[in-house]
Amino acid sequence: MATQSADFQTLSRRYTADKGFRAFIQKGMSGYYKKRDLNKANFQDWQGARDLAAEIKYEAINHLDKYLLEFEAKITARGAKVFWAQNAESARDYILKVAEENNVRSIIKSKTMTSEEIHLNDALEKRGFGVFESDLGEYIVQLRKEPPFHLVFPAMHLTRGQISDLFQKELGSEPTDEPEKLTMIARAVMRRKYCEADMGISGTNFAVAETGMISITENEGNARLTTSLPKIHVALLGIEKVLPKLEDLSLFLPMLATAGAGQTMTCYNTMYAGPRQPGEPDGPEQLHIVLLDNRRTELLADAEQRDSLGCIRCGACLNVCPIFKNVGGYSYGTTYGGPIGSVITPHLRGLKNWKHLSAASSLCGACTEACPVKIDLHHHLLQNRRNGAKSSPNPLEKVSFGGFSLLMGHPALYRLASGLGRIFQPLQGLVNGTILDPLRAWTGSRKFPTLAPQSFQEQWKKDRGGKK
Amino acid sequence: MTGGRAIILGRIREALRNNPAPRPHTSHSQSEAAADHNGHAQREWLPKVGETLPERIDLFAKISEGLTTEFHRVPTMSAARDLLTKLAAESGWKKIGSHSHHDVDALLEGVELPIVRTEKGYAIDNLESCDAGITGCDVLVAQTGGIMVSVESAGGRALSVLPPHHVVIARTSQMVPDLTAAFEHVKQKYGKQFPSFLSFITGPSRTGDIERILVLGAHGPKRLTVILLDS
Ligand code: SF4
Repeated sequence: MATQSADFQTLSRRYTADKGFRAFIQKGMSGYYKKRDLNKANFQDWQGARDLAAEIKYEAINHLDKYLLEFEAKITARGAKVFWAQNAESARDYILKVAEENNVRSIIKSKTMTSEEIHLNDALEKRGFGVFESDLGEYIVQLRKEPPFHLVFPAMHLTRGQISDLFQKELGSEPTDEPEKLTMIARAVMRRKYCEADMGISGTNFAVAETGMISITENEGNARLTTSLPKIHVALLGIEKVLPKLEDLSLFLPMLATAGAGQTMTCYNTMYAGPRQPGEPDGPEQLHIVLLDNRRTELLADAEQRDSLGCIRCGACLNVCPIFKNVGGYSYGTTYGGPIGSVITPHLRGLKNWKHLSAASSLCGACTEACPVKIDLHHHLLQNRRNGAKSSPNPLEKVSFGGFSLLMGHPALYRLASGLGRIFQPLQGLVNGTILDPLRAWTGSRKFPTLAPQSFQEQWKKDRGGKK
Repeated sequence: MTGGRAIILGRIREALRNNPAPRPHTSHSQSEAAADHNGHAQREWLPKVGETLPERIDLFAKISEGLTTEFHRVPTMSAARDLLTKLAAESGWKKIGSHSHHDVDALLEGVELPIVRTEKGYAIDNLESCDAGITGCDVLVAQTGGIMVSVESAGGRALSVLPPHHVVIARTSQMVPDLTAAFEHVKQKYGKQFPSFLSFITGPSRTGDIERILVLGAHGPKRLTVILLDS
């Protein structure tokens, strides 16, 4: 068994058994559900908005080359540099080179999952650069040396007590149980970092082809500071994030806010058209856009699942997923967790080691329904299962399904088997779920229904007395 | 360093060639709208905005309340000045940041506090230690309770986010119905010469990163005041 799959089983078992933890996550989500529904209801037609969003993404993704080139031409004309990175290594190397050439000492970052994907912090720290996450949640998990727990809420698994302990230990601050005070402690630390940093690294939520802009969505203001004060701005951008027109943002910005955090609009939605222009008072002298493939083109080549490139990383599918809510973000062992992570990780990191994630699904379809851009998530999970079974068939599964179809195709055999089953079931009951039970993998967490003393056919014959 | 431009473009074209994806299951026929839409298609689905200016101002005021944006409507510039003087006294401002802008200059007439002006550049620490940043804006967005700022209307990138209190002066003629109208406005105003920074500010800075509990003033301003002046 692949170790990733074994890790997933161990961790998900541990988290699921922790009822307190599950209740804590559930409580954290409850406010979100309420606000999300209120804001959805505010739309004249949320379903219509989803349809249009899906169509715009369809247009953009299916003409990706055209829109990327348009974006590149426009933003380059404004003085930005666009670097096309085929994989994580080339993206990291480029950013290291920019930092070294400019004698950068201190780097401030705003939230970017793409940088988690390419393990950027490690690479920068190894070369001796100080790197500070400025988003509060990211800063907390960085101090704990943990990856983010959730795409949008990185530290939602921690209690204020744990955060206070952490700040006491790492920052020497006074203990407090007020989220407000804890936030102000982080604010004060970060203020100093902003004033000192000479490079800011951000993610990107959308790129606009028509006007050559990148758009960044955030609540705290940390991304705005990251992109205003340091003299160099590096923006990581997955190739799939381009939109054709500026006005498309008037649909996507409110949808991202509503689906992602139950807000009408996120606090700051900022569009950058290049580095500081002549005559402007502030802003970075250099803007580097690192356009990342890192196997996104594999996903693009899979026409069946291509729509998953339309993901705007809102996290809505995680928030409604019964699996995510029970096993939590760390069980996945991936940068992108939850339903979307289970769909795309096999494409980004190989089917063989990551197909098990698609099996961890109740196929309830809650994710598909929640997705603002209508990605067919739960069907993609099924397709991954099919692809997984095709590429590395499980012999045991093959034998059982062979047996099953033999049985179902031959009434006499079926009768014989159910007759035997009735005799042996009481014996199985004695060992149910124990190590002696041959069906243990299944019965360990489920009840096998008791076979009826008589089959339907037998009852029919008896009750109707053979009448036609 | 050269990068993989040609390779990535090649892979994209290869992936898309003769390999159409199934169309999204959409209940409305919006494919053409998306392929060549005029940017207005979304108006049909997004939250409703009133037709008249008073309705729009009411909506902006209502959303502001939910966001804890402090919204004031004043009839004249001298009333706006009185309001600012009161704010400065109440909050004990010692130093403020501002920039050269028609309405901002008028608002600050007679203010005796030291002022850090950003239009010609500034020292970060000097701006950071200001108690408030006073700026103009491009437009106000009724639909979202948002304020659109740019380099030109807000004195650069940092003035509207670095000091702990952001005060915006706007006129009723700057109220637009929705985000689409805001984008149309900037396209008209700037043509192809966009400023390098455009931002929608929707409420004071906030975070919910600790137990999903709302805290204001995470990294940006804790207070946001909008002074709306009758045109
Ligand atoms: S798949 Fe859809 S719901 Fe999930 S994060 Fe992406 S856009 Fe949001």
